[in-house]
Amino acid sequence: MAPVMDGDLVRQSAATLAAAMQAGDVTSVQVTEACLARIDTVDDKVHAFLHIDREAALATAADIDRRRAAGEDLGPLAGVPLALKDVFTMRGVPTTCGSRILEGWRPPYDSTVVERLRNADVVILGKTNMDEFAMGSSTEHSAYGPTRNPWDLDRIPGGSGGGSSAALAAFEAPLAMGTDTGGSIRQPAAVTGTVGVKPTYGGVSRYGLVALASSLDQAGPCARTVLDAALLHQAIAGHDPRDSTSIDAPVPDVVAAARAGDVRGMRIGLVRELGGEGYQQGVRQRFDEAVTVLTDLGADVVEVSCPHFEYALGAYYLILPAEASSNLARFDGMRYGLRAGDHADASVEQVMSRTREVGFGAEVKRRIMLGTYSLSSGYYDAYYGQAQKVRTLIARDFTAAFEQVDVLISPTAPTTAFKLGEKLDDPLAMYLNDIATIPVNLAGNCAMSVPVGLSPEDGLPVGLQIMAPALGDDRLYRVGSALESALVDRWGHILSEEVPSL
Amino acid sequence: MAAITRAEVEHLARLARLELTEGEIDHYAEQLSAIVDAVTRVSEVAAEDIPPTSHPIPVTNTFRPDVAQPGVDREEIAAAAPAWEDDRFRVPRILGES
Repeated sequence: MAPVMDGDLVRQSAATLAAAMQAGDVTSVQVTEACLARIDTVDDKVHAFLHIDREAALATAADIDRRRAAGEDLGPLAGVPLALKDVFTMRGVPTTCGSRILEGWRPPYDSTVVERLRNADVVILGKTNMDEFAMGSSTEHSAYGPTRNPWDLDRIPGGSGGGSSAALAAFEAPLAMGTDTGGSIRQPAAVTGTVGVKPTYGGVSRYGLVALASSLDQAGPCARTVLDAALLHQAIAGHDPRDSTSIDAPVPDVVAAARAGDVRGMRIGLVRELGGEGYQQGVRQRFDEAVTVLTDLGADVVEVSCPHFEYALGAYYLILPAEASSNLARFDGMRYGLRAGDHADASVEQVMSRTREVGFGAEVKRRIMLGTYSLSSGYYDAYYGQAQKVRTLIARDFTAAFEQVDVLISPTAPTTAFKLGEKLDDPLAMYLNDIATIPVNLAGNCAMSVPVGLSPEDGLPVGLQIMAPALGDDRLYRVGSALESALVDRWGHILSEEVPSL
Repeated sequence: MAAITRAEVEHLARLARLELTEGEIDHYAEQLSAIVDAVTRVSEVAAEDIPPTSHPIPVTNTFRPDVAQPGVDREEIAAAAPAWEDDRFRVPRILGES
Protein backbone atom coordinates (compact mmCIF):
# COMPACT_ATOMS: atom_id res chain seq x y z
CA MET A 1 0.00 0.00 0.00
CA ALA A 2 1.02 3.61 -0.44
CA PRO A 3 2.65 5.20 2.59
CA VAL A 4 0.09 6.91 4.78
CA MET A 5 0.58 10.68 4.85
CA ASP A 6 1.17 12.08 8.29
CA GLY A 7 -1.64 14.64 8.12
CA ASP A 8 -4.15 11.97 7.16
CA LEU A 9 -3.32 9.52 9.92
CA VAL A 10 -6.28 10.45 12.11
CA ARG A 11 -8.76 9.86 9.29
CA GLN A 12 -7.60 6.30 8.59
CA SER A 13 -9.46 3.21 9.71
CA ALA A 14 -8.01 1.00 12.42
CA ALA A 15 -7.50 -1.77 9.85
CA THR A 16 -5.55 0.55 7.54
CA LEU A 17 -3.42 1.88 10.39
CA ALA A 18 -2.67 -1.61 11.66
CA ALA A 19 -1.59 -2.70 8.17
CA ALA A 20 0.57 0.41 7.73
CA MET A 21 2.25 -0.21 11.08
CA GLN A 22 2.84 -3.84 10.20
CA ALA A 23 4.37 -2.81 6.88
CA GLY A 24 6.65 -0.37 8.69
CA ASP A 25 5.18 2.69 6.93
CA VAL A 26 4.26 4.36 10.19
CA THR A 27 4.84 3.76 13.90
CA SER A 28 2.39 3.52 16.75
CA VAL A 29 4.04 6.55 18.34
CA GLN A 30 3.35 8.57 15.18
CA VAL A 31 -0.28 7.44 15.08
CA THR A 32 -0.75 8.07 18.80
CA GLU A 33 0.86 11.50 18.55
CA ALA A 34 -1.41 12.34 15.62
CA CYS A 35 -4.51 11.43 17.66
CA LEU A 36 -3.28 13.37 20.70
CA ALA A 37 -2.56 16.40 18.50
CA ARG A 38 -6.04 16.14 17.00
CA ILE A 39 -7.52 15.98 20.51
CA ASP A 40 -5.51 19.09 21.45
CA THR A 41 -6.91 20.88 18.42
CA VAL A 42 -10.59 19.95 18.53
CA ASP A 43 -11.55 18.70 21.96
CA ASP A 44 -12.10 22.19 23.37
CA LYS A 45 -15.06 22.33 21.01
CA VAL A 46 -16.21 18.70 21.15
CA HIS A 47 -15.44 17.75 24.76
CA ALA A 48 -15.36 14.03 24.03
CA PHE A 49 -12.72 13.30 26.68
CA LEU A 50 -12.79 13.59 30.46
CA HIS A 51 -9.20 12.47 30.87
CA ILE A 52 -6.26 12.17 28.45
CA ASP A 53 -3.73 9.53 29.48
CA ARG A 54 -1.03 11.11 27.35
CA GLU A 55 2.25 9.85 28.82
CA ALA A 56 1.03 6.31 29.36
CA ALA A 57 -0.41 6.15 25.83
CA LEU A 58 2.87 7.32 24.30
CA ALA A 59 4.88 4.93 26.47
CA THR A 60 2.64 2.03 25.43
CA ALA A 61 2.99 3.01 21.78
CA ALA A 62 6.78 3.22 22.07
CA ASP A 63 6.89 -0.19 23.70
CA ILE A 64 4.79 -1.68 20.90
CA ASP A 65 7.05 -0.11 18.27
CA ARG A 66 10.10 -1.52 20.05
CA ARG A 67 8.63 -5.00 20.22
CA ARG A 68 7.55 -4.86 16.60
CA ALA A 69 11.04 -3.77 15.55
CA ALA A 70 12.43 -6.71 17.53
CA GLY A 71 10.35 -9.03 15.37
CA GLU A 72 7.66 -9.89 17.91
CA ASP A 73 4.42 -11.19 16.41
CA LEU A 74 1.74 -8.68 17.41
CA GLY A 75 -2.05 -8.85 17.22
CA PRO A 76 -4.25 -7.39 14.46
CA LEU A 77 -4.91 -4.13 16.35
CA ALA A 78 -1.42 -3.66 17.81
CA GLY A 79 -0.52 0.00 18.11
CA VAL A 80 -3.98 1.34 17.22
CA PRO A 81 -5.31 4.07 19.57
CA LEU A 82 -8.67 3.80 21.30
CA ALA A 83 -10.96 6.05 23.36
CA LEU A 84 -12.36 4.31 26.45
CA LYS A 85 -15.76 5.15 27.91
CA ASP A 86 -15.33 6.37 31.48
CA VAL A 87 -17.42 3.49 32.86
CA PHE A 88 -14.57 0.95 32.55
CA THR A 89 -12.13 0.71 35.43
CA MET A 90 -8.51 1.18 34.49
CA ARG A 91 -5.94 0.82 37.20
CA GLY A 92 -4.60 4.15 38.43
CA VAL A 93 -6.49 6.15 35.80
CA PRO A 94 -9.43 8.36 36.88
CA THR A 95 -12.79 6.63 36.39
CA THR A 96 -15.79 8.88 37.10
CA CYS A 97 -18.75 7.49 35.11
CA GLY A 98 -19.56 11.15 34.47
CA SER A 99 -20.43 11.58 38.15
CA ARG A 100 -19.23 13.93 40.90
CA ILE A 101 -19.51 11.06 43.34
CA LEU A 102 -16.50 9.38 41.71
CA GLU A 103 -14.51 12.53 40.96
CA GLY A 104 -10.81 11.79 41.32
CA TRP A 105 -11.29 8.08 41.99
CA ARG A 106 -8.45 5.95 40.68
CA PRO A 107 -9.48 2.29 40.57
CA PRO A 108 -7.10 -0.26 42.05
CA TYR A 109 -7.76 -2.76 39.24
CA ASP A 110 -8.34 -3.15 35.49
CA SER A 111 -11.65 -4.21 34.00
CA THR A 112 -11.44 -7.35 31.87
CA VAL A 113 -12.07 -5.21 28.77
CA VAL A 114 -9.05 -3.03 29.60
CA GLU A 115 -6.96 -6.11 30.32
CA ARG A 116 -7.88 -7.56 26.91
CA LEU A 117 -7.18 -4.26 25.17
CA ARG A 118 -3.76 -4.20 26.81
CA ASN A 119 -3.15 -7.82 25.75
CA ALA A 120 -4.13 -6.86 22.19
CA ASP A 121 -1.59 -3.99 22.34
CA VAL A 122 -4.28 -1.38 21.76
CA VAL A 123 -3.18 2.10 22.88
CA ILE A 124 -5.71 3.63 25.29
CA LEU A 125 -5.71 7.41 24.78
CA GLY A 126 -8.00 8.32 27.66
CA LYS A 127 -11.51 8.24 29.09
CA THR A 128 -14.57 9.54 27.27
CA ASN A 129 -17.53 11.53 28.52
CA MET A 130 -20.90 9.93 29.23
CA ASP A 131 -24.24 10.56 30.86
CA GLU A 132 -23.83 10.06 34.59
CA PHE A 133 -23.72 6.31 35.29
CA ALA A 134 -24.84 5.78 31.68
CA MET A 135 -28.30 7.23 32.33
CA GLY A 136 -29.26 9.29 29.32
CA SER A 137 -29.32 9.66 25.55
CA SER A 138 -27.43 12.92 25.10
CA THR A 139 -24.38 13.12 27.49
CA GLU A 140 -26.05 16.22 28.91
CA HIS A 141 -26.41 14.34 32.20
CA SER A 142 -22.62 14.25 32.62
CA ALA A 143 -21.53 16.15 35.73
CA TYR A 144 -18.61 17.47 33.68
CA GLY A 145 -20.61 19.18 30.93
CA PRO A 146 -22.02 17.81 27.67
CA THR A 147 -20.16 16.47 24.66
CA ARG A 148 -21.01 18.11 21.35
CA ASN A 149 -21.81 16.40 18.08
CA PRO A 150 -19.02 17.01 15.53
CA TRP A 151 -21.66 17.22 12.78
CA ASP A 152 -23.22 20.26 14.48
CA LEU A 153 -21.74 21.55 17.73
CA ASP A 154 -25.15 22.75 18.93
CA ARG A 155 -26.46 19.19 18.91
CA ILE A 156 -26.13 16.14 21.12
CA PRO A 157 -23.76 13.27 20.19
CA GLY A 158 -26.17 10.70 21.62
CA GLY A 159 -25.84 8.98 24.94
CA SER A 160 -24.86 7.64 27.16
CA GLY A 161 -21.73 6.95 25.10
CA GLY A 162 -21.64 10.36 23.41
CA GLY A 163 -17.98 10.92 24.25
CA SER A 164 -16.98 7.74 22.43
CA SER A 165 -19.16 8.43 19.38
CA ALA A 166 -17.99 12.05 19.15
CA ALA A 167 -14.33 11.01 19.49
CA LEU A 168 -14.79 8.81 16.40
CA ALA A 169 -16.71 11.39 14.35
CA ALA A 170 -14.19 14.12 15.28
CA PHE A 171 -11.27 11.86 14.19
CA GLU A 172 -9.78 11.93 17.67
CA ALA A 173 -9.53 8.12 17.71
CA PRO A 174 -10.20 5.34 15.18
CA LEU A 175 -11.70 3.03 17.81
CA ALA A 176 -13.77 3.50 20.96
CA MET A 177 -15.39 1.39 23.64
CA GLY A 178 -18.98 1.76 24.75
CA THR A 179 -21.56 0.08 26.92
CA ASP A 180 -25.18 -0.45 25.94
CA THR A 181 -27.93 -0.92 28.50
CA GLY A 182 -30.81 0.43 26.42
CA GLY A 183 -29.06 1.81 23.35
CA SER A 184 -26.02 3.69 24.70
CA ILE A 185 -23.74 2.35 21.96
CA ARG A 186 -26.20 2.24 19.06
CA GLN A 187 -28.04 5.56 19.42
CA PRO A 188 -24.78 7.60 19.70
CA ALA A 189 -23.48 5.70 16.65
CA ALA A 190 -26.66 6.56 14.72
CA VAL A 191 -26.58 10.29 15.46
CA THR A 192 -22.84 10.65 14.70
CA GLY A 193 -22.71 8.55 11.51
CA THR A 194 -20.52 5.88 13.09
CA VAL A 195 -20.82 2.14 13.74
CA GLY A 196 -21.73 0.69 17.14
CA VAL A 197 -22.43 -2.86 18.27
CA LYS A 198 -24.19 -4.25 21.32
CA PRO A 199 -22.95 -7.85 21.46
CA THR A 200 -25.04 -10.72 22.79
CA TYR A 201 -25.54 -10.38 26.55
CA GLY A 202 -22.63 -12.21 28.19
CA GLY A 203 -20.51 -11.94 25.04
CA VAL A 204 -18.14 -9.36 26.56
CA SER A 205 -17.20 -9.47 30.24
CA ARG A 206 -18.84 -7.01 32.62
CA TYR A 207 -16.03 -7.38 35.17
CA GLY A 208 -14.80 -3.91 36.06
CA LEU A 209 -17.65 -2.20 34.26
CA VAL A 210 -19.41 0.07 36.75
CA ALA A 211 -22.90 -1.46 36.79
CA LEU A 212 -26.05 0.37 35.77
CA ALA A 213 -28.53 -2.49 35.29
CA SER A 214 -26.75 -5.81 35.54
CA SER A 215 -29.22 -7.89 33.51
CA LEU A 216 -29.10 -5.37 30.62
CA ASP A 217 -25.54 -3.95 30.54
CA GLN A 218 -23.27 -5.07 27.76
CA ALA A 219 -19.96 -3.62 26.57
CA GLY A 220 -19.25 -3.36 22.88
CA PRO A 221 -17.16 -1.88 20.07
CA CYS A 222 -17.53 1.53 18.41
CA ALA A 223 -15.74 2.49 15.17
CA ARG A 224 -16.10 4.35 11.89
CA THR A 225 -16.25 1.16 9.80
CA VAL A 226 -17.87 -2.25 10.24
CA LEU A 227 -14.56 -4.09 9.84
CA ASP A 228 -12.92 -1.97 12.55
CA ALA A 229 -15.80 -2.74 14.91
CA ALA A 230 -15.36 -6.45 14.16
CA LEU A 231 -11.62 -6.35 14.90
CA LEU A 232 -12.31 -4.65 18.22
CA HIS A 233 -15.17 -7.05 18.99
CA GLN A 234 -12.82 -9.99 18.44
CA ALA A 235 -10.23 -8.46 20.79
CA ILE A 236 -12.58 -7.88 23.75
CA ALA A 237 -15.09 -10.73 23.55
CA GLY A 238 -15.03 -14.21 25.05
CA HIS A 239 -15.57 -16.07 28.27
CA ASP A 240 -14.37 -14.53 31.54
CA PRO A 241 -14.56 -16.54 34.78
CA ARG A 242 -14.75 -13.24 36.72
CA ASP A 243 -18.20 -12.47 35.26
CA SER A 244 -20.74 -15.10 36.27
CA THR A 245 -23.00 -14.16 33.34
CA SER A 246 -20.23 -14.46 30.77
CA ILE A 247 -21.07 -17.00 28.05
CA ASP A 248 -18.73 -19.98 27.93
CA ALA A 249 -18.86 -20.49 24.17
CA PRO A 250 -16.65 -19.57 21.22
CA VAL A 251 -16.93 -15.96 19.97
CA PRO A 252 -18.75 -15.89 16.61
CA ASP A 253 -16.27 -15.15 13.80
CA VAL A 254 -17.25 -11.52 13.39
CA VAL A 255 -14.13 -10.55 11.45
CA ALA A 256 -14.70 -13.19 8.77
CA ALA A 257 -18.34 -12.09 8.56
CA ALA A 258 -17.32 -8.43 8.14
CA ARG A 259 -14.86 -9.39 5.43
CA ALA A 260 -17.46 -11.54 3.65
CA GLY A 261 -20.19 -8.87 3.72
CA ASP A 262 -22.63 -10.84 1.63
CA VAL A 263 -26.41 -10.86 2.08
CA ARG A 264 -27.40 -12.93 -0.94
CA GLY A 265 -30.16 -15.32 0.06
CA MET A 266 -30.45 -13.90 3.57
CA ARG A 267 -33.91 -13.32 4.98
CA ILE A 268 -34.26 -9.86 6.52
CA GLY A 269 -37.30 -8.83 8.56
CA LEU A 270 -38.60 -5.27 8.82
CA VAL A 271 -40.09 -4.82 12.28
CA ARG A 272 -43.57 -3.38 11.71
CA GLU A 273 -43.73 -1.86 15.21
CA LEU A 274 -40.42 0.05 14.83
CA GLY A 275 -40.95 2.72 12.21
CA GLY A 276 -43.74 4.83 10.83
CA GLU A 277 -45.42 7.22 13.21
CA GLY A 278 -43.07 9.03 15.59
CA TYR A 279 -40.10 8.57 13.25
CA GLN A 280 -38.67 11.63 11.48
CA GLN A 281 -39.42 11.79 7.74
CA GLY A 282 -35.75 11.87 6.69
CA VAL A 283 -34.94 8.93 8.96
CA ARG A 284 -37.68 6.89 7.29
CA GLN A 285 -36.53 7.95 3.84
CA ARG A 286 -32.90 6.90 4.35
CA PHE A 287 -34.04 3.70 6.03
CA ASP A 288 -36.34 2.82 3.10
CA GLU A 289 -33.52 3.49 0.64
CA ALA A 290 -31.23 1.18 2.61
CA VAL A 291 -33.89 -1.53 2.45
CA THR A 292 -33.85 -1.16 -1.34
CA VAL A 293 -30.06 -1.50 -1.30
CA LEU A 294 -30.31 -4.73 0.72
CA THR A 295 -32.93 -6.08 -1.70
CA ASP A 296 -30.72 -5.18 -4.66
CA LEU A 297 -27.85 -7.02 -2.98
CA GLY A 298 -29.92 -10.19 -3.04
CA ALA A 299 -31.54 -10.26 0.40
CA ASP A 300 -35.13 -11.35 0.78
CA VAL A 301 -36.81 -8.56 2.80
CA VAL A 302 -40.17 -9.21 4.44
CA GLU A 303 -42.25 -7.48 7.10
CA VAL A 304 -42.37 -9.11 10.54
CA SER A 305 -44.54 -8.24 13.52
CA CYS A 306 -43.27 -8.12 17.11
CA PRO A 307 -46.48 -7.16 18.89
CA HIS A 308 -45.06 -6.71 22.39
CA PHE A 309 -42.31 -4.28 21.40
CA GLU A 310 -44.67 -1.39 22.10
CA TYR A 311 -44.50 -2.30 25.78
CA ALA A 312 -40.70 -2.51 25.84
CA LEU A 313 -40.12 1.09 26.90
CA GLY A 314 -42.47 0.72 29.86
CA ALA A 315 -40.95 -2.58 30.96
CA TYR A 316 -37.46 -1.13 30.60
CA TYR A 317 -38.20 1.90 32.76
CA LEU A 318 -39.46 -0.37 35.52
CA ILE A 319 -36.66 -2.96 35.33
CA LEU A 320 -33.71 -0.62 34.75
CA PRO A 321 -34.38 1.79 37.64
CA ALA A 322 -35.02 -1.16 39.96
CA GLU A 323 -31.62 -2.67 39.16
CA ALA A 324 -29.93 0.74 39.11
CA SER A 325 -31.29 1.78 42.50
CA SER A 326 -29.84 -1.36 43.99
CA ASN A 327 -26.49 -1.19 42.11
CA LEU A 328 -25.99 2.46 43.03
CA ALA A 329 -26.50 1.76 46.73
CA ARG A 330 -22.76 1.04 46.83
CA PHE A 331 -22.03 4.76 46.45
CA ASP A 332 -22.35 5.58 50.12
CA GLY A 333 -19.26 7.73 50.71
CA MET A 334 -17.60 5.22 53.00
CA ARG A 335 -14.90 3.39 51.06
CA TYR A 336 -14.22 5.38 47.88
CA GLY A 337 -15.40 8.46 46.05
CA LEU A 338 -16.97 11.55 47.50
CA ARG A 339 -17.92 12.01 51.15
CA ALA A 340 -19.95 15.05 52.17
CA GLY A 341 -21.20 16.45 55.49
CA ASP A 342 -18.66 14.44 57.53
CA HIS A 343 -18.53 16.57 60.67
CA ALA A 344 -18.04 15.34 64.21
CA ASP A 345 -21.67 14.79 65.26
CA ALA A 346 -23.01 13.57 61.90
CA SER A 347 -24.29 9.99 61.77
CA VAL A 348 -23.41 7.57 58.99
CA GLU A 349 -26.94 7.87 57.59
CA GLN A 350 -26.70 11.65 57.46
CA VAL A 351 -23.33 11.48 55.73
CA MET A 352 -24.60 8.94 53.20
CA SER A 353 -27.69 10.97 52.40
CA ARG A 354 -25.73 14.20 52.12
CA THR A 355 -23.04 12.55 49.96
CA ARG A 356 -25.61 11.09 47.58
CA GLU A 357 -27.54 14.35 47.42
CA VAL A 358 -24.51 16.38 46.34
CA GLY A 359 -22.76 13.57 44.45
CA PHE A 360 -25.59 12.45 42.15
CA GLY A 361 -27.18 14.51 39.39
CA ALA A 362 -30.88 14.95 38.65
CA GLU A 363 -31.38 11.99 36.31
CA VAL A 364 -29.61 9.58 38.65
CA LYS A 365 -31.78 10.67 41.57
CA ARG A 366 -34.89 10.36 39.40
CA ARG A 367 -34.08 6.80 38.44
CA ILE A 368 -33.02 5.76 41.93
CA MET A 369 -36.36 6.92 43.29
CA LEU A 370 -38.26 5.37 40.40
CA GLY A 371 -36.53 2.06 41.07
CA THR A 372 -37.14 2.30 44.78
CA TYR A 373 -40.80 2.92 43.96
CA SER A 374 -41.17 0.00 41.56
CA LEU A 375 -39.60 -2.33 44.11
CA SER A 376 -41.75 -1.08 47.03
CA SER A 377 -44.09 -3.47 48.74
CA GLY A 378 -47.58 -3.05 47.36
CA TYR A 379 -46.32 -2.09 43.90
CA TYR A 380 -43.83 -4.88 43.24
CA ASP A 381 -46.21 -7.32 41.52
CA ALA A 382 -48.06 -4.69 39.51
CA TYR A 383 -44.91 -2.94 38.29
CA TYR A 384 -41.65 -4.85 38.51
CA GLY A 385 -43.24 -8.33 38.36
CA GLN A 386 -45.42 -7.39 35.41
CA ALA A 387 -42.44 -5.81 33.62
CA GLN A 388 -40.52 -9.09 33.95
CA LYS A 389 -43.41 -10.95 32.35
CA VAL A 390 -43.51 -8.46 29.49
CA ARG A 391 -39.80 -9.07 29.15
CA THR A 392 -40.56 -12.75 28.51
CA LEU A 393 -43.11 -11.81 25.85
CA ILE A 394 -40.61 -9.55 24.09
CA ALA A 395 -38.05 -12.37 24.05
CA ARG A 396 -40.73 -14.67 22.60
CA ASP A 397 -41.47 -12.10 19.87
CA PHE A 398 -37.80 -12.26 18.90
CA THR A 399 -37.79 -16.07 18.95
CA ALA A 400 -40.84 -16.19 16.69
CA ALA A 401 -39.36 -13.58 14.36
CA PHE A 402 -36.05 -15.43 14.05
CA GLU A 403 -37.94 -18.53 12.96
CA GLN A 404 -38.94 -16.55 9.87
CA VAL A 405 -35.88 -14.41 9.19
CA ASP A 406 -32.11 -14.33 9.79
CA VAL A 407 -31.95 -10.75 11.04
CA LEU A 408 -34.39 -7.95 11.84
CA ILE A 409 -33.89 -4.30 10.89
CA SER A 410 -35.32 -0.93 11.95
CA PRO A 411 -34.18 2.67 12.21
CA THR A 412 -31.78 2.89 15.19
CA ALA A 413 -33.28 6.09 16.58
CA PRO A 414 -36.54 7.87 15.77
CA THR A 415 -34.83 11.18 14.99
CA THR A 416 -31.47 12.62 14.05
CA ALA A 417 -29.39 14.47 16.68
CA PHE A 418 -31.50 17.01 18.55
CA LYS A 419 -30.35 20.32 19.99
CA LEU A 420 -28.56 20.49 23.32
CA GLY A 421 -31.02 21.45 26.03
CA GLU A 422 -34.08 20.48 24.00
CA LYS A 423 -35.07 17.47 26.14
CA LEU A 424 -32.90 17.96 29.19
CA ASP A 425 -35.65 18.34 31.77
CA ASP A 426 -38.26 16.29 29.93
CA PRO A 427 -37.37 12.72 30.95
CA LEU A 428 -40.15 11.06 28.97
CA ALA A 429 -39.12 12.80 25.74
CA MET A 430 -35.51 11.76 26.42
CA TYR A 431 -36.51 8.13 27.07
CA LEU A 432 -38.25 7.88 23.67
CA ASN A 433 -34.87 8.07 21.90
CA ASP A 434 -34.28 4.45 22.86
CA ILE A 435 -37.62 3.10 21.73
CA ALA A 436 -36.10 0.98 18.94
CA THR A 437 -32.97 -0.13 20.78
CA ILE A 438 -34.45 -1.28 24.11
CA PRO A 439 -36.12 -4.55 22.99
CA VAL A 440 -32.71 -6.12 22.26
CA ASN A 441 -31.39 -5.33 25.74
CA LEU A 442 -34.46 -6.86 27.36
CA ALA A 443 -34.12 -10.07 25.32
CA GLY A 444 -30.32 -10.26 25.53
CA ASN A 445 -29.64 -10.76 21.83
CA CYS A 446 -27.33 -8.55 19.74
CA ALA A 447 -27.63 -5.54 17.45
CA MET A 448 -25.60 -3.04 15.41
CA SER A 449 -26.17 0.50 14.17
CA VAL A 450 -24.66 1.31 10.79
CA PRO A 451 -24.84 4.72 9.03
CA VAL A 452 -27.17 4.93 6.02
CA GLY A 453 -26.82 8.59 5.00
CA LEU A 454 -27.83 12.10 5.98
CA SER A 455 -31.42 13.08 6.59
CA PRO A 456 -32.44 15.47 3.78
CA GLU A 457 -34.20 17.98 6.04
CA ASP A 458 -31.30 18.66 8.42
CA GLY A 459 -28.19 17.07 6.86
CA LEU A 460 -27.59 14.92 9.95
CA PRO A 461 -26.68 11.22 10.08
CA VAL A 462 -29.23 8.40 10.15
CA GLY A 463 -28.51 4.92 11.50
CA LEU A 464 -30.01 1.56 10.59
CA GLN A 465 -30.27 -1.06 13.29
CA ILE A 466 -29.62 -4.74 12.54
CA MET A 467 -30.77 -7.24 15.19
CA ALA A 468 -29.69 -10.91 15.32
CA PRO A 469 -30.37 -13.82 17.67
CA ALA A 470 -28.24 -14.47 20.75
CA LEU A 471 -24.75 -15.60 19.66
CA GLY A 472 -25.57 -14.63 16.08
CA ASP A 473 -23.31 -11.56 16.29
CA ASP A 474 -21.57 -12.56 13.05
CA ARG A 475 -24.84 -11.94 11.16
CA LEU A 476 -24.75 -8.28 12.21
CA TYR A 477 -21.35 -7.88 10.62
CA ARG A 478 -22.31 -9.76 7.47
CA VAL A 479 -25.30 -7.49 6.85
CA GLY A 480 -23.67 -4.30 8.15
CA SER A 481 -20.62 -4.76 6.00
CA ALA A 482 -22.64 -5.53 2.85
CA LEU A 483 -24.73 -2.42 3.36
CA GLU A 484 -21.67 -0.30 4.15
CA SER A 485 -19.78 -1.34 1.02
CA ALA A 486 -22.80 -0.72 -1.21
CA LEU A 487 -23.24 2.76 0.30
CA VAL A 488 -19.51 3.54 0.15
CA ASP A 489 -19.56 2.58 -3.56
CA ARG A 490 -22.38 5.08 -4.03
CA TRP A 491 -20.87 7.89 -1.92
CA GLY A 492 -17.23 7.31 -2.81
CA HIS A 493 -16.23 7.32 0.88
CA ILE A 494 -17.50 6.41 4.34
CA LEU A 495 -20.12 8.73 5.80
CA SER A 496 -17.85 10.27 8.43
CA GLU A 497 -15.70 11.75 5.65
CA GLU A 498 -18.53 14.30 5.35
CA VAL A 499 -18.21 15.61 8.91
CA PRO A 500 -17.67 19.39 8.64
CA SER A 501 -14.14 20.49 9.57
CA LEU A 502 -13.99 21.64 13.16
CA MET B 1 -52.95 9.52 36.71
CA ALA B 2 -50.79 7.72 39.22
CA ALA B 3 -50.11 10.71 41.43
CA ILE B 4 -47.00 10.38 43.58
CA THR B 5 -47.37 12.79 46.48
CA ARG B 6 -44.72 14.92 48.13
CA ALA B 7 -44.93 12.64 51.15
CA GLU B 8 -44.23 9.60 48.98
CA VAL B 9 -41.24 11.30 47.36
CA GLU B 10 -39.89 12.11 50.82
CA HIS B 11 -40.38 8.50 51.84
CA LEU B 12 -38.64 7.18 48.69
CA ALA B 13 -35.78 9.61 49.18
CA ARG B 14 -35.36 8.42 52.75
CA LEU B 15 -35.32 4.77 51.65
CA ALA B 16 -32.79 5.62 48.93
CA ARG B 17 -30.64 7.77 51.26
CA LEU B 18 -31.09 10.97 49.29
CA GLU B 19 -31.33 14.22 51.22
CA LEU B 20 -33.50 16.15 48.76
CA THR B 21 -34.15 19.90 48.86
CA GLU B 22 -37.73 21.22 49.08
CA GLY B 23 -37.55 22.28 45.44
CA GLU B 24 -36.42 18.83 44.36
CA ILE B 25 -39.27 17.18 46.25
CA ASP B 26 -41.88 19.25 44.35
CA HIS B 27 -40.13 18.71 41.03
CA TYR B 28 -39.76 14.95 41.45
CA ALA B 29 -43.34 14.50 42.68
CA GLU B 30 -44.52 15.90 39.37
CA GLN B 31 -41.99 14.12 37.15
CA LEU B 32 -42.22 10.71 38.83
CA SER B 33 -46.01 10.79 38.53
CA ALA B 34 -45.74 11.39 34.79
CA ILE B 35 -43.12 8.67 34.33
CA VAL B 36 -45.02 6.08 36.37
CA ASP B 37 -48.13 6.95 34.40
CA ALA B 38 -46.30 6.21 31.14
CA VAL B 39 -44.55 3.02 32.20
CA THR B 40 -47.56 1.35 33.80
CA ARG B 41 -48.83 0.73 30.27
CA VAL B 42 -47.22 -2.67 30.84
CA SER B 43 -50.26 -3.57 32.95
CA GLU B 44 -52.39 -3.57 29.77
CA VAL B 45 -50.71 -6.82 28.73
CA ALA B 46 -52.51 -9.98 29.81
CA ALA B 47 -49.64 -11.97 31.26
CA GLU B 48 -50.96 -13.95 34.24
CA ASP B 49 -49.59 -17.26 32.93
CA ILE B 50 -46.33 -15.85 31.60
CA PRO B 51 -43.18 -16.68 33.59
CA PRO B 52 -41.08 -13.65 34.57
CA THR B 53 -37.64 -13.12 33.04
CA SER B 54 -35.00 -11.81 35.41
CA HIS B 55 -32.07 -12.58 33.17
CA PRO B 56 -31.95 -12.70 29.38
CA ILE B 57 -29.56 -15.63 28.96
CA PRO B 58 -30.17 -18.05 31.85
CA VAL B 59 -27.07 -19.58 33.39
CA THR B 60 -26.94 -21.64 36.57
CA ASN B 61 -24.22 -22.86 38.90
CA THR B 62 -21.43 -20.75 37.56
CA PHE B 63 -18.16 -21.49 39.27
CA ARG B 64 -14.65 -20.37 38.59
CA PRO B 65 -11.64 -22.56 39.37
CA ASP B 66 -10.74 -22.33 43.06
CA VAL B 67 -7.32 -20.84 42.45
CA ALA B 68 -5.80 -18.06 44.51
CA GLN B 69 -5.62 -14.75 42.63
CA PRO B 70 -3.78 -11.61 43.68
CA GLY B 71 -6.10 -9.22 45.53
CA VAL B 72 -6.22 -5.47 45.09
CA ASP B 73 -3.40 -3.39 46.51
CA ARG B 74 -4.02 -2.14 50.05
CA GLU B 75 -2.15 1.12 49.49
CA GLU B 76 -4.23 1.93 46.44
CA ILE B 77 -7.43 1.32 48.38
CA ALA B 78 -6.23 3.56 51.19
CA ALA B 79 -5.33 6.27 48.67
CA ALA B 80 -8.83 6.15 47.18
CA ALA B 81 -10.67 6.22 50.54
CA PRO B 82 -12.50 9.42 51.51
CA ALA B 83 -11.10 9.09 55.05
CA TRP B 84 -8.41 6.69 56.26
CA GLU B 85 -7.06 6.47 59.79
CA ASP B 86 -5.02 3.91 61.72
CA ASP B 87 -4.87 1.60 58.71
CA ARG B 88 -8.66 1.51 58.42
CA PHE B 89 -11.54 3.33 56.77
CA ARG B 90 -12.65 6.10 59.11
CA VAL B 91 -16.45 6.25 59.11
CA PRO B 92 -18.97 8.49 60.87
CA ARG B 93 -20.65 7.22 64.02
CA ILE B 94 -23.00 4.34 63.25
CA LEU B 95 -24.95 4.25 66.52
CA GLY B 96 -26.75 6.80 68.55
CA GLU B 97 -29.45 9.31 68.97
CA SER B 98 -30.10 12.19 66.52
